[in-house]
Amino acid sequence: MTVLRTAVDPASAEFAANRAALLEKIADLDTEHAKAVAGGGEKYVTRHHDRGKLLVRERIELLLDPGSPFLELSPLAAWGTDYTVGASVVTGIGRVNGVECVINGSDPTVRGGASNPYTLKKVLRANQIALENRLPVIGLVESGGADLPTQKEIFIPGGQMFRDLTRLSAAGIPTIALVFGNSTAGGAYIPGMSDYVVMVADRAKVFLAGPPLVKMATGEESDDESLGGADMHSRISGLADYFAVDEQDAIRIGRDIVGRLNWRKHGPAPKPDPAPPLHDVEDLLGIVPTDLKVPFDPREVIARIVDGSDFDEFKPRYGASLVTGWANLHGYPIGILANARGVLFSEEAQKATQFIQLANRADTPLLFLQNTTGYMVGKEYEQGGIIKHGAQMINAVSNSTVPHLTVTMGASYGAGNYGMCGRAYGPRLLFTWPAAKSAVMGPAQLAGVLSIVARQAASARGQQYDEAADEQMRNYVEKQIEEQSLAPFLSGMLYDDAVIDPRDTRTVLGIALSAVHSAPVQGATGYGVFRT
Amino acid sequence: MSITRVLVANRGEIARRVFRTCRDLGIGSVAVFSDPDADAPHVREADRAVRLPGAAAADTYLRADLVVAAARRAGADAVHPGYGFLSENAAFAQAVIDAGLTWIGPSPEAITAMGSKIESKKVMAAAGVPVLGELDPAALTADDLPVLIKASAGGGGRGMRVVTDLDQLAAEVERAQAEAHSAFGDATVFCEPYLSAGRHIEVQVMGDGHGTVWAVGERECSIQRRHQKVVEESPAPLVERVDGMRDALFDAARAAAKAIDYTGAGTVEFIADDAGRFFFLEMNTRLQVEHPVTECTTGLDLVALQLAVADGERLAQDPPVPHGHAIEVRLYAEDPAADWAPQSGVLHRLAVPGVTSEFAVDSAAAGLRCDSGVGDEATVSVHYDPMLAKIIAWAPTRAQAAARLAAALAGAEVHGITTNRDLLVNVLRHKAFLAGDTDTRFFDEHDVFAPLVADTAPFALAAALAIDAGRARTLDVPSGWRNVLSDPQSLTLGGHEVRWRVTRDGLQGHDGVELIRAAPHEVVLDVDGVHRRFAVHRYGELVHVDTADGGARFVIAPRFVDPSDQLAAGSLLAPMPGSVVRIAVEVGQRVTAGAPVLWLEAMKMQHQINAPADGVVSELPVVVGEQIEVGAVLAVVEPDAATEEDRQ
Repeated sequence: MTVLRTAVDPASAEFAANRAALLEKIADLDTEHAKAVAGGGEKYVTRHHDRGKLLVRERIELLLDPGSPFLELSPLAAWGTDYTVGASVVTGIGRVNGVECVINGSDPTVRGGASNPYTLKKVLRANQIALENRLPVIGLVESGGADLPTQKEIFIPGGQMFRDLTRLSAAGIPTIALVFGNSTAGGAYIPGMSDYVVMVADRAKVFLAGPPLVKMATGEESDDESLGGADMHSRISGLADYFAVDEQDAIRIGRDIVGRLNWRKHGPAPKPDPAPPLHDVEDLLGIVPTDLKVPFDPREVIARIVDGSDFDEFKPRYGASLVTGWANLHGYPIGILANARGVLFSEEAQKATQFIQLANRADTPLLFLQNTTGYMVGKEYEQGGIIKHGAQMINAVSNSTVPHLTVTMGASYGAGNYGMCGRAYGPRLLFTWPAAKSAVMGPAQLAGVLSIVARQAASARGQQYDEAADEQMRNYVEKQIEEQSLAPFLSGMLYDDAVIDPRDTRTVLGIALSAVHSAPVQGATGYGVFRT
Repeated sequence: MSITRVLVANRGEIARRVFRTCRDLGIGSVAVFSDPDADAPHVREADRAVRLPGAAAADTYLRADLVVAAARRAGADAVHPGYGFLSENAAFAQAVIDAGLTWIGPSPEAITAMGSKIESKKVMAAAGVPVLGELDPAALTADDLPVLIKASAGGGGRGMRVVTDLDQLAAEVERAQAEAHSAFGDATVFCEPYLSAGRHIEVQVMGDGHGTVWAVGERECSIQRRHQKVVEESPAPLVERVDGMRDALFDAARAAAKAIDYTGAGTVEFIADDAGRFFFLEMNTRLQVEHPVTECTTGLDLVALQLAVADGERLAQDPPVPHGHAIEVRLYAEDPAADWAPQSGVLHRLAVPGVTSEFAVDSAAAGLRCDSGVGDEATVSVHYDPMLAKIIAWAPTRAQAAARLAAALAGAEVHGITTNRDLLVNVLRHKAFLAGDTDTRFFDEHDVFAPLVADTAPFALAAALAIDAGRARTLDVPSGWRNVLSDPQSLTLGGHEVRWRVTRDGLQGHDGVELIRAAPHEVVLDVDGVHRRFAVHRYGELVHVDTADGGARFVIAPRFVDPSDQLAAGSLLAPMPGSVVRIAVEVGQRVTAGAPVLWLEAMKMQHQINAPADGVVSELPVVVGEQIEVGAVLAVVEPDAATEEDRQ
């Protein structure tokens, strides 16, 4: 047991500047989140309420256990696109009748809850989280189906939504659909593929084809209720297992269903009564420099997120640019890998490889705290085998089977993003701090590389290099790369699960760790061939 | 002392009061108990206890034969009757004596002499004690009004009716007879002039059977409801004010006691006007409920004196001189705002801050005494008197005693049952009371029915925050944490829909209110710059929030309503527990709004249940004689379909 001390000086000018800059980013984040919450806007929200319906977040609030946390996932989905921020669906992890579930509710105020390509990505990501972490899925269904102008992007891949539901079911993960409104055509397979279906009287509309299409197809005269009403489905077709008199009744029944799942988490329970960190979580705002080129000590972050600020560092004297060690977070044991000085050298890569294997031996989940500019380049390092050593680390990360959680605190560039368990390496959940950036390399470096390559090409052709055009090109590229490496943009692309206030990191990781322990925690027994 | 073990033929606080003295004197104790009282504090406290099977008083505490048998079986050599029940039953006193046991009370002859109010007035008049003339109901004229109909065998206000209208006389006499019969087994009633603005003054006497009769001090008990005392004090403000009145009163009281060779503790009750003229009402041949105010001003232990006198000891020549002022209030399970309707159910908690003694004589110059017959989680049943506790403050001056008592009551935690607590505080702080300007019409003339807490919104917020703080958490993260803020947390408490959110910036949604801290049992809020502490207790869905300035109670509304639990519209619910004594309608019968549907008897009073609207009786799930719990459906009246006009 080693209690971390702090060297942070909250009275320093640097701290104040860092804090002010980050608070501004957090305010921007709140503004973007508010757009998602506003859904389709006042007019559609009013119309929805006037129809006696609850908004999707009101439904979720009623579904969740009072006072329990709700970790909303991908709230910035579709950020930076023409679609509404949030992509007309709310997904998240919350506790229902004592059971942590993935909740997935369409927002009918946004184009009738229709799915666009980002909606699809967001829903599939939520399903993946449910499957990997063994979390029951509750769908709050009221969607007009596919957003027709973008059908080419969603019709064919969209089939996965239904496939996921039955695969979840096959994996023993319950799926529950509470149908509040439209769920027609393809959407009818959401209840169709769910283990439990509740339909709301006079609201639920679940059929393959509505009256006009039926008339066109067979000439039959019909109406909504006889084709797909809650009363019909609960009495005649049997598609509805429960008939709810209204929305609150549907949610009540949904909670009762979860209460009867006899659900048990398969991961080990946390140690009881975890101690909070000894150092003030507010300091996290002042720790990260505004300029990502300036490194910071990740122990200052660890000291503010782990239980009792208690961190036992592994191999502290070797490969010191990467901090590795053991701690508990909300009572869950974890291994932490955190970048200390951005660059990963061979020693750091080898240390990480060993540490990841040790964590797998001990069935200990891993937390990656990213602030990396990538693996070291240059003749000396190439000759020293940096590729081999980086590959060892990536091999270990890729084949590790204990749950991984990743937080991008600052920079996440190049293959460092891979080795430190970026999105493609399947962390169970990945969160980003508001000022973080991620790209193949830094914008200036990338523009500079393009400039050098162009200059070499011109020279090879014996042409005069157009310096003015080069500068214009560099400025444009730098600006574009900068924009595309920012947290909201990447979150909008679904490259993380949420951008979070750094002060919420311990809470978010606690919720995440609790959720991942719904599934068994078991270390890897085999890896790819380690090139030595 | 030859008495070694005392059986108390009573229950509740008076049984505990007697046991306390027995303990102090090293005398053994025996309790008797009915079935509902099996776990009552008086049973737990006694050395030995004997069951009286059944629940109704008539089957248990009023069964002289069973009580005497219990005394023998448990090895008691003396019987203390307490007050009420058999305390003024001469036959019981005789039965105790015949069984060879010591009767702690006056002789059966003295009880008999005072037992008939009609006869006793004659005896008193002969002894020179001023009395009011008796009236013949048949010969009454409008000039005699108002008159009071009283049960001859009565006490405690039962069987007592005020008549102000000759047309109602016959009906009221009949009802008084019915109540008297139900309560005392004797339907005899009599009629006397009613002093509508009188003061109730009484004198504590103590006789030793060797010729010494003390008048130990007077008490004023003018503040009454339904002819039952609510606030009692000593000395009496009226007697303090009128020169020579105390001497005249004490002379009359001693004369009354001597006229019947009275032994033991007794009380001579008078009605007095503001000029200090007084008339004999009755003599209670027993210890009074309000005896503690006399104990607190004299330092006497009246129960110890009762035992000594019963044992044949002599009193000193003169009683001690009273000092200071004592005020007692009776905490009743009743709703003063709903015509004093008695309440029953579970008393979850009764905690009075600053109590210095219980059941005990405390010779300090000031103090707070609580004599309670109920423990926490006590069931207050329909079978017995709804008095929960007596709280007594004494101090050098009346104003000090009133202030101390009011503060203690305002800060008391009385949970689960509606009580008269707020009313008592209002009385004790009322300027008329503080001026000593009290008569038996106090509740008719002064509005003291407002709840102590007018704005319950901060209480509801405190309740919500405490409930939230008490929720089981599997993860120690902030309550209701959200990474994307949308709706606040909410909880419906009674009529309040409390909406709030606590973020790292503090409590949101309540201007002027800051959350200082919230724990399951205590919430501190800063309301407009003032820290206020709220104590919170929760019993299932019931939440009580208390402060030093009164409290509020809320029922947590369920988050979800199961449609199958819904009550049919037009359901008539029992307002209190009781038994159905009569049903006036049949299923299918048409009724008009206000027409009687049935009658419930509870606490010896009949309550008429009326139709809420014009309509047809569609359900009638009860039968005559059935015991009904509060809230049970008694009948359903399907209202007539609203007319088109009504809808608009």
